[in-house]
Amino acid sequence: MSDKEKSVDPATNEIMNLACKGEIETVFDRYEEMEPECGFGQLGVCCKNCVMGPCRIDPFGDGPTTGICGATANTIAARNLVRMVAAGAAAHSDHGRDVAHTLLIASEGKTKGYEIKGEEKLLNLAKEMNVKTDKRKIEEIAHDVAEKCFAEFGQQHGELQFTHRAPKKRQEIWKKFKFTPRGIDREIVEIMHRTNIGVDNDYVNILQQGIRAALGDGWGGSMIATDLQDVLFGMPKPIRAVSNLGVLKADEVNIVVHGHEPTLSDIMVTASQDKELLELAKQKGAKGINLAGICCTANEILMRHGIPIAGNFLQQELAVITGAVDLMLVDVQCVMPALSKLAGCYHTKVVSTSPKAKFPNVEHVEFSEEEALPIAKKIVRMAVENYPKRKKELVNIPKDKMELVAGFTAEYVYHMLGGKYRATYRPLNDAVISGRLRGAVGIVGCNNPKIKHDWAHLELTKALLKKDVLVVTTGCSALASAKAGLLIPEAAKKYAGKGLQEICEAVGCPPVLHMGACVDISRILMVLCNVLSEGGLGEDISDLPVAAAAPEWMSEKAVSIGFYAVASGIYTVLGIPFPILGGKEITDFITDKMENVVGAKFGFEPDPIKAADLIVKHLDAKRKALKLKPVMYGE
Amino acid sequence: MKKVYCEVSKCLGCRSCEIACAVEHSKGKTLFLAIKEDPISIQRRKVQSVSKLVISDACHHCIEAPCVNACMSGAMYKEKDGSTQHDEEKCVGCWMCIMACPFGTISRSKKLAIKCDLCKDNVKGPMCVISCPTKALLFKEVQRGDL
Repeated sequence: MSDKEKSVDPATNEIMNLACKGEIETVFDRYEEMEPECGFGQLGVCCKNCVMGPCRIDPFGDGPTTGICGATANTIAARNLVRMVAAGAAAHSDHGRDVAHTLLIASEGKTKGYEIKGEEKLLNLAKEMNVKTDKRKIEEIAHDVAEKCFAEFGQQHGELQFTHRAPKKRQEIWKKFKFTPRGIDREIVEIMHRTNIGVDNDYVNILQQGIRAALGDGWGGSMIATDLQDVLFGMPKPIRAVSNLGVLKADEVNIVVHGHEPTLSDIMVTASQDKELLELAKQKGAKGINLAGICCTANEILMRHGIPIAGNFLQQELAVITGAVDLMLVDVQCVMPALSKLAGCYHTKVVSTSPKAKFPNVEHVEFSEEEALPIAKKIVRMAVENYPKRKKELVNIPKDKMELVAGFTAEYVYHMLGGKYRATYRPLNDAVISGRLRGAVGIVGCNNPKIKHDWAHLELTKALLKKDVLVVTTGCSALASAKAGLLIPEAAKKYAGKGLQEICEAVGCPPVLHMGACVDISRILMVLCNVLSEGGLGEDISDLPVAAAAPEWMSEKAVSIGFYAVASGIYTVLGIPFPILGGKEITDFITDKMENVVGAKFGFEPDPIKAADLIVKHLDAKRKALKLKPVMYGE
Repeated sequence: MKKVYCEVSKCLGCRSCEIACAVEHSKGKTLFLAIKEDPISIQRRKVQSVSKLVISDACHHCIEAPCVNACMSGAMYKEKDGSTQHDEEKCVGCWMCIMACPFGTISRSKKLAIKCDLCKDNVKGPMCVISCPTKALLFKEVQRGDL
């Protein structure tokens, strides 16, 4: 591996050096080995949807200009892209489905370990979904809400319930262009049909279905996941915690949860505090049981319980290489298959739990909601029993760790700014109207070894803070900000422009607000809806001085998120272009003409400083269109 | 001299070499920039199917090069290292080199003949070789009968 530093995070580089010396292979090595990556794939002009091919369009010379069936580069790129949307929307939505299932059987009393902790949210949902609440037990209400959410997945016609949360104008645009999702699953299936050989060949029409499925994710599957998790596990509130590999403890049993769904990880919190297991840990010579998280399941239990963060996507292998992880519990999404082989070099036990995600040579303890707590305890016991096998000479825990505040929600903003008795979004709207705040930007998404780990997230975030832009963040980007010390109120002084600083000081909040896991981008949509109903900033999301960015994205889920963000009216800048550049017209459509349809478009910009410029320009243009004053401080 | 050889049994016909060649000979030198250029960069290497075998082929840099003999403007010449090079400044686009090449490895842009230059300006060597995912392309010195 080359000696160039792979990350801006010192803990990551420290463990990477260790890996190099020990000739332990990581994602960074495998990326180097894979270079140069296939150009046809990167440009999106390779089609393998039937076996007359695989076909490739020659992007340079005088080779084939269409596939064997006659599909052009634009058609092929569009088909490939919306299939990515289908996969991403399926992943988020299946997560939402699992949570709905958990709520349903919990309400029937068929589970061990779950209770309804978010009663207020449940009652609000019941009202929204026309579920009777008078003189009914909370379980009965939960049951009906869960059933109604379940029905959204298989619904064949009509409109998804939560799309009605969007501003009226937005809903009209969706109706006009047939973007309103009819059912979550139906739209995903239709993508697979339309992209089958010889069906939909018009790239604009193909994208229309991609948008519809993506909206079924953002305003459907993801939103259901977020809302029902709040019902089951409780509303997150700002909470202090610690992040980075330094949270692992030398003298305690370290359990790392990694993946996405909190149905098990939240129960792991309870199980890890079990007296009997703590006693067993002491018998084995450990001082306690230390639970930490990686990726979005970490975000979930961080914002509800303050469980520390061990790292983000590109650090999953590094956690094992510290030699201090006794057990890594994985469920679904973003879990690298490489963990299996890597764990063989250490004492770490990797345990898969989802029937949907198994790994060769990895012990599988199948999770079921009915037996959640006993299963969680069993896994904690495995970790404790593995602790004595830890090889002291292989343990290297970096010192780096950082304080953070996480757990902001659309609901919390009311109280954060308005106080306990006059809950309101008014101060937020006023801050934007007066120009103290230029606007707000959601920085989200993954890590990608194509970009120096965390670098683009942090550069973009800092560049925007300086320009008085409030940053909200989720997923691995949130974890990057956490490790860099951007999620503490003190960060405002260090990084924010004067206007943003004044707000952070008055409210006592960090300049970057942690809003949860990747499904919680639905929370950001709700914030925008609330801002609009507060008034004074236009009638539609596309009127607002807001934008989104995914500077280091890699997952298909990010494609779906990008599409529902743009289709909701949010200008979105990606650090890595969609694999469509081989099709000129589709590229032109997505990065330009799409604005005429949905009031927003994509930008592709790998340089985070240039991306910040694009975003600031966009925010200023939106401010101007709203006839707002220029920003209070600065140019 | 060192030349690029294709080990036919390893070539999967993925055409990564073609892309790498076009990118290397573009102005931007990266895929995402090259794709936007006008005129677009043209690759000098071609993957061809020959009696059910796949081969990636470009200029063979013949010791006695028919293209050099055929060139009327002196654009095509033998370099001291033994490679066959093409001075685009001198090329008049008469296409005699294309007629003369026994392997069909010279192509044409609008006005000029275009051929493999072994990426002489790149210290890393020929990019087609670096890009080959199966290592079917080799850049090495070969004596008669070695392959």
